[in-house]
Amino acid sequence: MIDAVAMSVIAFAGAAELAAVGYVVAGLSWPAILVLTALLNARHLLYSATIRPWLADLPLRRRAFMAHFLTDEAFALSMAHFRRIGRGDERGYWMAALVMLFIPWNLATLAGVVLGGQIPDPSRFGIDVIFPAAMIGLAAGMMTGRRELTAAVVGTAIGVMVALLAGPAIGIVAGGLLGPLVGLAVPTRLAHETAPLGSVVSAEHYSTPGEFDERDEDGPGDGAEPPR
Amino acid sequence: MNGNLVVLAILMFAVTYPSRALGLVTPGMDRLPKIAIDYLQLVGPAVLSALAAVTVMVVVGDDGQPSFHVGIEWVGVFVCLAIVGRWRNLLLGLVAAVVIVAVGRAAGLSG
Repeated sequence: MIDAVAMSVIAFAGAAELAAVGYVVAGLSWPAILVLTALLNARHLLYSATIRPWLADLPLRRRAFMAHFLTDEAFALSMAHFRRIGRGDERGYWMAALVMLFIPWNLATLAGVVLGGQIPDPSRFGIDVIFPAAMIGLAAGMMTGRRELTAAVVGTAIGVMVALLAGPAIGIVAGGLLGPLVGLAVPTRLAHETAPLGSVVSAEHYSTPGEFDERDEDGPGDGAEPPR
Repeated sequence: MNGNLVVLAILMFAVTYPSRALGLVTPGMDRLPKIAIDYLQLVGPAVLSALAAVTVMVVVGDDGQPSFHVGIEWVGVFVCLAIVGRWRNLLLGLVAAVVIVAVGRAAGLSG
């Protein structure tokens, strides 16, 4: 049990944790496991660079602490939240990273250790599809124009092709790096940006019903600039 | 395993943390030119879409070789995407995806 808990608390990297267990069982050496882990998690560099402008006002130590909790899901939820309200929000980050992910992830790890053996074949329940479905759903929520759409489609195509040639970890990083380059090539007049960041229409686009009305008075102004 | 993986977990943290922290703590990252900021705003949709697609379309065999995978998961993920795109309801999309995959696998459509 202590192994599983340590993995979830200290490493806190879902895909890498699952992969590491498979590597250990397969007899892979630890240096090899660490190289693969670093590669698998290299995409977090993109996340941290992307989220930084939104959290630039926070002290260095706090940002350094926040980094440990920056997972795929924390990034996706935080970015959707930041874009919706048009500014960075530390409390929102912790809600996503700690309350909605770190704590449930570790509780679920404990539950899995205690109860997992009693479920003969978890895959038959289709639970494993939640991760890719959530990622594509969160990506869709970030799309407000043709630039994002182009970046996503091209990133997907490149990601899958490179993954087939060089492995999933490299494919994901390649898609994440190259997709936005093609997205940037979409001219502004063709981008059809329906909800520019920080604008009222952006807040309206991303908010859940009822939320926008409550925030309307002190919400971001129309045309407000995203953090630079 | 009995505690051996605690050391591995610490080492995994050591190789994971730098990529998580580098962008957040490197000086000057908040004063990037507009083109760089625009680029970074597109990273989210691109990397999350690639992550989802690679997860359902690429499987790594016992020999370590990746191969193209076609399965009921495609349908589940696509339906989730359609629901989010149409109604902006991720929870409904996730429930639909799980139900589709569970029913599909029960019917023998494992891919």
